[in-house]
Amino acid sequence: MNKCFAVYLRELLIFRRKEIRQILSMSVSPVLYYVAFGIGLGKGLEVGGKPYIEFLIPGLVAMSSMVYSFGIATEINVARFYWKIFEEFQSSPVSNVSYVAGEVLAGMTRALLAVFIILAVGLLSGVKLYFGIQFWIAVILNSFLFASLAVGLAMLVKSHADQSLLSSFVITPMSFLGGTVFPVENMPLFVQKVLYILPLTHASHAIRGASHGETVGYQPFAVLAVLGLLCFIMAVRVVVKARD
Amino acid sequence: MINIENLQKKYPRVQALKGISLEVGKGELFAYLGPNGSGKTTTIRILTGLTKSTSGSAKLNGFSIEDNVLECKNQFGLVTQAVNLDQELSIRQNLDIHGRLHGMSRKDRDAAIKEVLDYVELADRIDSRVMELSGGMKRRVMIARAMMHSPRILFLDEPTAGLDPVIRRKIWSLIKKIQQKGTTVFLTTHYIEEAEFLADRVAFLQEGEIVSVNTPQHFIDEMGVWALDIMAHGELVTKYFRDMQSLDAFINGRELCCTKRRVNLEDAFIARTGLKIAENGGLNGSAAGASPHGGAHGPHGGGGAHSAQSAHDSSKHSSNKHGSAH
Repeated sequence: MNKCFAVYLRELLIFRRKEIRQILSMSVSPVLYYVAFGIGLGKGLEVGGKPYIEFLIPGLVAMSSMVYSFGIATEINVARFYWKIFEEFQSSPVSNVSYVAGEVLAGMTRALLAVFIILAVGLLSGVKLYFGIQFWIAVILNSFLFASLAVGLAMLVKSHADQSLLSSFVITPMSFLGGTVFPVENMPLFVQKVLYILPLTHASHAIRGASHGETVGYQPFAVLAVLGLLCFIMAVRVVVKARD
Repeated sequence: MINIENLQKKYPRVQALKGISLEVGKGELFAYLGPNGSGKTTTIRILTGLTKSTSGSAKLNGFSIEDNVLECKNQFGLVTQAVNLDQELSIRQNLDIHGRLHGMSRKDRDAAIKEVLDYVELADRIDSRVMELSGGMKRRVMIARAMMHSPRILFLDEPTAGLDPVIRRKIWSLIKKIQQKGTTVFLTTHYIEEAEFLADRVAFLQEGEIVSVNTPQHFIDEMGVWALDIMAHGELVTKYFRDMQSLDAFINGRELCCTKRRVNLEDAFIARTGLKIAENGGLNGSAAGASPHGGAHGPHGGGGAHSAQSAHDSSKHSSNKHGSAH
């Protein structure tokens, strides 16, 4: 546990060295989405009988918790390819589970910080949402899933260039298609089926339902938990393979 | 302390190690020398768990690197070829994280940080960010970090690469101090005089195989006592002699552009690893007492009391600054 904390602490210390820049950069996207989609495009629009902005903010929470937890992949690869810090972990008596858990926790922490920023933007704009236990469970599971996926994929890529490909092909499409900025139900039935394969669709559904004060069924939570666990196991396995 | 048996590493296109077997004793300073690509770093990477071997076995202080990986990793400290410190963090933070990774308590970490920084003479820079340090200081921090958990074995992979001679000597004395504490040191280096100065024993590695293991003095004695670096037909050739009389007899009567010096470990390294740039260099005959090895390399000043004298080949090197001898 201490060794897992050492991995986590290192990421926190790195984050703290550039916290102002990081927090500012985390604030840019939600503010832009809020202005462009919430005010510019969505003013006067209603989704399911609620103002569009109340639909959008939970979607941004889901999106940001994914993007920023997945962002730990970039930190890992900077440490691997540029600073060669990964060798320090590999040559230390740290189990693969501890290493992955430390990095996943760091990814989740970044995601939670990004979520707080979005919630602050929402509160400042007068959007009234509920942040009960189901809301936070959904956020945590979503962050866990994508941080675990990030650690696993970060170990598989061979260069920084591969890293940006991952974002282009995995994260960016999911950001828009995962029920974040429009209701998946508006799409044709066969497209809906495809979109429900995406974990972010389940996260958006759970986060949105919870933040609207509805009781969300167990299904999206179960999907996120199972996929998260599978990604975590995958991450542990590929860390072993990272030793050539 | 280090036992390696028939260690092999095969990459898809190349066999980096072809069956290395080696034993390094407790408190020994062992230098592992070889040309680029000979397998030095691969060996260290396998021994430190950074790379998996294809076959063979290795034990560190009795712990198998395959069966007791985590216990094995507590036995050594590693200073890698590339600086792998967190540049944005302070020295204290880098060391503290290392201590945590090795399961040290806060009290032990604080005490160890103070001790190792005193040791490498960087205590006054404890809160400096690594990116603010010079190359030599970063190397010393890496050595301090590797020593923090009091390992039995210290792996040094080219610890002085790219450092100026003054800093290199400072690191040499640091390495000697570490050995004198009873730590086994496994060193790879491109600076042969570093191995000659530091090592108890030396292994020469070539194309993934150990070609010879012995003390530096043994290798030097094998080559002879005196060396003569000769420029002939645009190539540098070295001849070796058991005594000065043989050397003088070889030069006698010839107009040569040459430098006399004592034999050192680099001569043995070049001869043993087959790094011959030129064979014989067009010189005819061999003086009595000359070693059969005919390596070629640049003149150098390390390795003891060199007695350099020059002769002048007026036909080929008339502009050469060497004075005339004999």
